[in-house]
Amino acid sequence: MSNQTPPNDSASSATVENQIELKEVEGLSQGQIVRRRFFRHKGAVVALVVLVAIVLLAITSIGVGSWTGWWKFTPNETGTVIDGGAPNATHPFGQDEAGRDIFARVMRGTQTSLVIMTTVGLIALAMGIVVGALSGYFRGRTDSFLMRFTDLIITMPVIVIGAVLGLLSGGDNAIVFGAFLGLVLWPPLARLVRGEFLSLREREFVDAARVAGASSGRIIFKHMLPNAVGVIIVNTTLLLSSAILLETSLSYLGVGIQRPAVSLGLMISDYQEAFASRPWLFWWPGAFIVGIALCVNFIGDGLRDAFDPRQKNIPSERKMARAKRIERPKPSATGDALPEPGAS
Amino acid sequence: MFSFISRRLLAGLGTLLVSTFAMYLLVSASIRPFEDLEQSTNPNKLEQIAQRRELLDLDTPAVIRYFKWLGDFVTGDLGVGWRSGQPVSNMLQGAVISTIQLVAAATVIAILFGVMVGIVSALRQYSTFDYLTIFVSFVLYSLPAFWVAVLLKQWGAIGFNDFLKDPSNSPLVIVVAGLVIGLLCMLAVGGTVKRRATTFAIAFAATAGAILYLQLSNWWLDPNLGPVIILVTGTALAFAITALTSGLKNRRALGASLTTVVIGLALYYPLQSLFRMPFSWMYVLGLALVTVAVGIAVGYLWGGPDKGISARAASLTAVVVAGMIFIDKVMSLWPQYMGAPAINGRPIATIGSSTPNLGGNFWVQTLDTYTHLLLPTLALVLIQFAGYTRYSRSSMLEVMNQDYIRTARAKGLPEREVIMRHGFRNTLIPLATIVPIDVITLLGGAIITEQVFARPGMGTLFIRSLRGAEIEPVMAYLVIVAALAILANIVADLIYAALDPRIRVNA
Repeated sequence: MSNQTPPNDSASSATVENQIELKEVEGLSQGQIVRRRFFRHKGAVVALVVLVAIVLLAITSIGVGSWTGWWKFTPNETGTVIDGGAPNATHPFGQDEAGRDIFARVMRGTQTSLVIMTTVGLIALAMGIVVGALSGYFRGRTDSFLMRFTDLIITMPVIVIGAVLGLLSGGDNAIVFGAFLGLVLWPPLARLVRGEFLSLREREFVDAARVAGASSGRIIFKHMLPNAVGVIIVNTTLLLSSAILLETSLSYLGVGIQRPAVSLGLMISDYQEAFASRPWLFWWPGAFIVGIALCVNFIGDGLRDAFDPRQKNIPSERKMARAKRIERPKPSATGDALPEPGAS
Repeated sequence: MFSFISRRLLAGLGTLLVSTFAMYLLVSASIRPFEDLEQSTNPNKLEQIAQRRELLDLDTPAVIRYFKWLGDFVTGDLGVGWRSGQPVSNMLQGAVISTIQLVAAATVIAILFGVMVGIVSALRQYSTFDYLTIFVSFVLYSLPAFWVAVLLKQWGAIGFNDFLKDPSNSPLVIVVAGLVIGLLCMLAVGGTVKRRATTFAIAFAATAGAILYLQLSNWWLDPNLGPVIILVTGTALAFAITALTSGLKNRRALGASLTTVVIGLALYYPLQSLFRMPFSWMYVLGLALVTVAVGIAVGYLWGGPDKGISARAASLTAVVVAGMIFIDKVMSLWPQYMGAPAINGRPIATIGSSTPNLGGNFWVQTLDTYTHLLLPTLALVLIQFAGYTRYSRSSMLEVMNQDYIRTARAKGLPEREVIMRHGFRNTLIPLATIVPIDVITLLGGAIITEQVFARPGMGTLFIRSLRGAEIEPVMAYLVIVAALAILANIVADLIYAALDPRIRVNA
């Protein structure tokens, strides 16, 4: 994060930048290029590490199903309140007024949120791709019907439909609740996929595939979808962070996950009155919500940088200098013709 | 144009019908009107359930009930919330006003600050300020609204009220506040090392000086702007507004703006006696219009070849000065407000939208509304702010890379004119279309904020009725929100067509 502004004599610096760009991706596949760019985004890498750590911690500590994990307490087990429930060696996150271990509860809440996030992602992804692809590929009547359907869902704020569906789902099963939320959150994705497909279907390779006799399904899934994958991945990631915020908000409002199931939003709702006397009851669930959402957002940003070369980073001064050095050994007569990339 | 609007309205009406139909079925499937009875141990439980079934007409299929509801709705009968027995129209009355107050204030503030920060950030792309803005907007994006609201309630309200008991800042607080604001200003302005150092020094001195002044003059307990502060800030703002709208070289515009500041000050004392009369919002609106008119008149009287530009600068300054006089009047009620038995020295409210049994005149009531609006608005602003910063940043970046910006620079326009006239205006086009749609999202966000701060708004009404299994209030809320959303979309299209001549509405 240095303060220098890039040199603005754009013509020469643009070619230099291009050269750096070409030099870096020389001989790499698309996947490798994307991976490289992603790992260059430091924020995204840190976020990925933190997110993996959170997932591992949440799964191993209190376990899943009948497996209880390595943590000594379970989320709903009450016990004697030690020292007013303040955090100590046995209860690192403290206890609530019924003596339940907050660490175990936060872990269960994190699991709930992660399960819901995954379910929402899968459902919204499937719906978004199918609706968007059909709409963009077939156009005409299919398109206008599907888009009217999409508009219908967009008429209401997601939190309003989410509240109704959350109540409908009963709120004791995270997967069902997540599936319902997925049914609310797909329209923006469908619109993006549609836009992408509308422009892709005019491309030559699609014509080529059609002339070669490929079926519509094959063209959609084998030829067009791989070319739209960047937009889809980036926006699904961003959708995941809004899903987690939506889930916790609905649970906070009392129309999402219901007791005895544990959700981070529900915990905050239960404990907000205790903020002054027992702040740990409020801080830990909040910290985990913010942590997960922030990580997912940063990963999304890293993916966007990786997939969209138009938003490339400005090369550092050192790289610019190195590029100039590469350029110098072969000064051409006109001065602006650059050597072929990789010639030196 | 007319046919476009009527066609869109008709289509919108259709959407509204289908969406209310779907929502009615969903809501009636999800609510559980017998939940309380099922858990009761009353011996005549079954009888009660049967009674309620009768009352709610649950033996009729939901589809038929929808059409019954629709029939009542179009004839103006919104139904009755069966738990309280209150007609829905009564329930809505106060709620709509409360929510509009909240959402309107939050939208305006979020747009002003978000657009400002976003544009500065875009103009200084890849600077530390830019990175900081992106990072902060990421963090704000990831914050759950209810968590922020609870935090604000605890720190903003309770913390500030405690502070008011003994309002004094330690020197450390003053230095830290000065450092933070100084650094932010330095990063936002940028430039050479010398310029940065100067900016930092000025911002630091101004912040520390302001806090010291507030403390020494007992401002926290008896806040006022007074003619002196209005004169100083008014003059500074007159310069700033002129610099942004027409450049300081335009002496006539500067003169016109300064004249309105003088006029405002001259009217300060006469206005105080006017304020003592019975007052209402109609007077405020009238005075605001008069202010704008005076500003425009002053601008035209200064004359010159560009009367319009002077008039614009002068009327903007006039509005700002008049706003300060209004705020000064509201502030002067502060000691009286603090001392009122209903307030008891803790002015920043955490619940409700007005203090019960407060009494007092228009000014006290206005102040009371503000203290109640403060924190919920802040919570909503924090959430919206990130979005507007991002929109305006990316929009400004795109505009500043256009060819016409290069043309403007190439023909030798000053940078101010390039940015304000060619960059800023075009940046606003995509923003203008986002705002109406964003207001709908904000209505959704208001559900959470209203719940945390216990404001009796539409969001609270919706959640309470949904959980209480009263379908009529829920449907009334849904109709209002859906109708607003459909209207907002039409308005967005019209704005876009009006601002961007490449787009035609009747296409």
